[in-house]
Amino acid sequence: MVIDQSKMASLAEATSREDVAGRSLWADARRRFFHNKAAIFGLGLLIFVVLFALFGNWIAAWNNSDIDYNVMGDVTLSGPSFANGHYFGVDDLGRDLFARTVQGTQISLLVGVIGSLIAVVVGTVYGAVSGYFGGRVDGFMMRLVDILLAIPYMFVLILLLVIYGRSIGMLFVGVGLISWLEMSRIVRGQTLTLKNREYVEAARAIGVPALTIIRRHILPNLVGVVVVFATLLVPLMILTESFISFLGLGVQEPQTSLGALISEGAGTMNYGTLWQLAFPLFFFIITLFGFYFVGDGLRDALDPKER
Amino acid sequence: MKPLIAISAIALMLGGAAPVFAQSSHVPAGTKLAKDQSFTYWLQDDLKTLDPDLSTSKDGNDVLQQMFDGLYQQDDHGNLVPAMAESFDVSDDKLTYTFHLRDEKWSNGDPVTAQDFVYAWQRLADPKTASEYAWYIELMQVKNAHDVIQGDKPVSDLGVKALDAHTLQVTLETPIPYFRQMLVLSSTFPVPEKVVKEYGSDWTKPEHMVSNGAYTLKSWKIGESIEMTKNDKYWDAANTTLTDLKFIPIQDLNQALTRYQAGELDFVQTPAGQYPRLKDEYPDQAHAPPRSCVYAYRFNVGPNGPEALKDVKVRQALSYGINRDIIIDKILKGGQKPAYSWTHWATAGFKAPDIAYAKWTDKERMDKARELLKEAGYGPDHPLKLRIMYNTSSDHKKIAIAVQQFWKQLGVEATLENFEWKVYLDKLNTQHDFDVARTAWCADYNEASTYLDVNTSWSDQNSGQWSNAEYDKLMKDSKTAADPQADYTKAEQILATDMPLAPIYDYSLPMLLNAHIKGYPFDNVQLNWYAKNMYRTAK
Amino acid sequence: MIVYILKRLAIAVPTLLVLIIASFLLMHAAPGGPFTSERQVPPEVLANLNAKYGLDQPLWKQIATYLSNVVMHFDFGPSFTYKDRSVNDIIAQGFPVTLTYGSLSFIAAVLVGVSLGVTAAIKRNSWLDYFAVGISIGAQVLPNFVMAPILVLIFTLTLHWLPGGGWSFDDPRFWIMPVVALSTSYMASIARITRSSMLEVLNSNHIRTARAKGLPSRKIILRHALKPALLPVISYLGPAFVSMITGSVIVDVYFTTGGIGKSFVDSALNRDYAVMMGITILLGTLTILFNLVVDIIYGWIDPKIRY
Repeated sequence: MVIDQSKMASLAEATSREDVAGRSLWADARRRFFHNKAAIFGLGLLIFVVLFALFGNWIAAWNNSDIDYNVMGDVTLSGPSFANGHYFGVDDLGRDLFARTVQGTQISLLVGVIGSLIAVVVGTVYGAVSGYFGGRVDGFMMRLVDILLAIPYMFVLILLLVIYGRSIGMLFVGVGLISWLEMSRIVRGQTLTLKNREYVEAARAIGVPALTIIRRHILPNLVGVVVVFATLLVPLMILTESFISFLGLGVQEPQTSLGALISEGAGTMNYGTLWQLAFPLFFFIITLFGFYFVGDGLRDALDPKER
Repeated sequence: MKPLIAISAIALMLGGAAPVFAQSSHVPAGTKLAKDQSFTYWLQDDLKTLDPDLSTSKDGNDVLQQMFDGLYQQDDHGNLVPAMAESFDVSDDKLTYTFHLRDEKWSNGDPVTAQDFVYAWQRLADPKTASEYAWYIELMQVKNAHDVIQGDKPVSDLGVKALDAHTLQVTLETPIPYFRQMLVLSSTFPVPEKVVKEYGSDWTKPEHMVSNGAYTLKSWKIGESIEMTKNDKYWDAANTTLTDLKFIPIQDLNQALTRYQAGELDFVQTPAGQYPRLKDEYPDQAHAPPRSCVYAYRFNVGPNGPEALKDVKVRQALSYGINRDIIIDKILKGGQKPAYSWTHWATAGFKAPDIAYAKWTDKERMDKARELLKEAGYGPDHPLKLRIMYNTSSDHKKIAIAVQQFWKQLGVEATLENFEWKVYLDKLNTQHDFDVARTAWCADYNEASTYLDVNTSWSDQNSGQWSNAEYDKLMKDSKTAADPQADYTKAEQILATDMPLAPIYDYSLPMLLNAHIKGYPFDNVQLNWYAKNMYRTAK
Repeated sequence: MIVYILKRLAIAVPTLLVLIIASFLLMHAAPGGPFTSERQVPPEVLANLNAKYGLDQPLWKQIATYLSNVVMHFDFGPSFTYKDRSVNDIIAQGFPVTLTYGSLSFIAAVLVGVSLGVTAAIKRNSWLDYFAVGISIGAQVLPNFVMAPILVLIFTLTLHWLPGGGWSFDDPRFWIMPVVALSTSYMASIARITRSSMLEVLNSNHIRTARAKGLPSRKIILRHALKPALLPVISYLGPAFVSMITGSVIVDVYFTTGGIGKSFVDSALNRDYAVMMGITILLGTLTILFNLVVDIIYGWIDPKIRY
């Protein structure tokens, strides 16, 4: 799953076109977005997942780390049950799967959102600076991106986690740093067009500092791309995290993530404990669907040429 | 199966194969053998080497002892049986052993000589070889081993000599009662000097490799499989029934089980907690023989350890607080036994001391533990805080989580620290940067000193840096004692009182073994198996 | 054109150099070394080991020696973990396996993905379209470490059609599950990209003109629509190929194929500096080459691009 770069480029062009008055673009986009059934459905899913992550613990009868010795190690008792408060059953160790799924969803959402924010912020700033200054600076910065693109990232991430231990912080930075390169290229391209606009040239002529110009005149025009890119990046981040968890390099126990829960559940799916896979997988899938549909919907709303 | 192999297999069947099988001393009369005499064995990790002098793992030993004959092997009960050493003499001071070797051939037809042993042992100790198991020859007390490894003396000074082609003489620094038991391990196997010198480190490649055991190497694809075929030049080839061996490395036990169920493996270890279910489903295939390894939580009492653990009361409380029965009955469920002593219960000749808390009820242990913690000055307003370190593995994780929960009931706030293997080892053995760490020990030979030596103050493996003069003295004395077992029992008593570590369970090997594979040595606590003693019956 | 290729290749050299030095330093910064083992190695033995593998030299000297061996003799040195194998041996054994199922997955993903996408676009809003879109979304959100055990459950344990793992160059039955597990999510991405860009092209002016001229629609699609519609797909292929090789870790772990994906992860975990460097260089080179090939194909299809 990789973001379709040509669509992002086309979107970037659409949102920074000179003839589009800022306000009407957003108003139109909002109207189009709310007429898109898939996008609304996705938004619904996301709201549900976020509510689950935020308030799930209010419903949970157990916390995510306590072992229930009554059901521990007994497959016949460890399935989902309202009687003993384990709505989703328990895991291999007799810990409440509902509470663990809530907590795992929190971590996965956090990794996804923060990772994607890091990627977008770094990519945007880098691209805007490179494009605005142009010339040698631009040449150097873009060559650097070319070089970095040639690095097998998943491997670097594995190395980082091995070396600096498994902390959530490292995970955020690690997944975030994987994806900023593409973003920086798109932003640079847009900045190159924008900086020749009359109002930017005017600002430059009266001696407004470069960074102020970037902040005031370039970045606002990139909001659309950034939002869409970030939304579409979240599911990628969550998938990456799940891969890392599969390799056993994810967050520390008793913390967990959806990826870790799924990987544990998938390992034991032949042993009659299918709920250990099914519940986390369900939340994993609807989370990805949600971001996916919303991201697609936003993009189509902002760049409506295809429909 | 490729046509050529198929034809030769059929030829073997027609051409008087049946009488050969019937003669084999390992197969009871009247057994109907399968046509396909193959055995596929599961390995957790792929081997790092096939060179006996460089090998470092139990799995490596399992593989190498099919291909090589050392001086001794073990029978189905773990007793020594002669392999290359037909007989031996020992001097009165127990310092000089003379082994009389069997007339055996390498798989390329060359005779195996005493010089091949001399070369192998010198090579093991040689700094140029840089073997990670060079310490083993030091542990064997072979004369000058330490100086040779350090490079202070030439390898020719090592206390091993070929008196003639079939007589090997070994001189020791100090007498050790279990010397011959140590000669089962692959590190002491002979290597073909000529071949090693000709091909260097490439000598273990299938096209070059020469061995003197019942099987020869056919192929080795890292991460995929190791294959062997029967060695027709082997002295006991007539009694060797299995013809093809295959070893497949699969890290994840759940995946390995799937492959077993698909019929692609004849042996697999069952995942934690699955044994009872599998026993119901496959009563004729599931076994859980004891295995000579112990699992424990080690307390760091060294300078880098926390102040709290230097108090013996705290250590005792923590050990009492671990509910071993829950770990065994609810998590592992595979025939393990609760451990209260460091030495595995089934170790030859070992008699465990009377350890009081082993017999207490759960409530008694917890009450006593709370009391001790209170005496040590910890309570609700001043909780004991600790880190539990373990390496990445789902079983270690489960036990760590359970222990954390047990200790929570004592008011101890333990946090879990999961490190990848190398980082864990670095923190455990080099930095000594941990509070409580999971650790395990497996017997090198079937005698209690293989366990107890670990806790001496001079041991490299004593990662908690515990030191106890009385214990050290006992272990030193045991080397020359007429009955070392009494010393071992006393040493265990010290461990149970001073508690440098909390033993948790004694291993078993819960496994599934194809019902048609016979001759696996379930009663050998080191589970040293030899394919040449095994066979496959017809369905 | 040739100048462009030469230029790109010239950038490749510093890129690889940065990659080599960075991973070398990262690796050596990791706690624990190749000879850290469960049974603590006595200091005298450790000294012997370090001397044998040159680890007692200063770091810069180690890098220099390493580089000169690689460049002058194409020798990546001995493996630190696999005592009787060299890095060249390990790559020579594992890479053909990874390359075989990787290429097959790549071909499968492109063929199936493009056909699915084109069909969906032509039969827009038919049940075929919904089916294709449904499959492709589903395939994208199911992690392949969940897919692999499900495949094994169906094809090995239930139907007994395929072996549950292992590898053979002579027997295609060993290839099927690795290829399916690896290619599905890429196939899905390709289908989605193809569908949307095909729709865009079909709505464009020159296709409308062709239709108006009365050309048969099959001809329109093959001759006029497909080529431009594939442009975004092609730019996706570079990163896709690389992440397929990276994603092969799961296939190697799950199906014990003996490929280099697992070798890499193991080498990082074992601190087998030599194998890790060897595979990093191999993958870095592949990434650079593949991106170049993609760019050349891109230029060949779209003559508007100037080098």
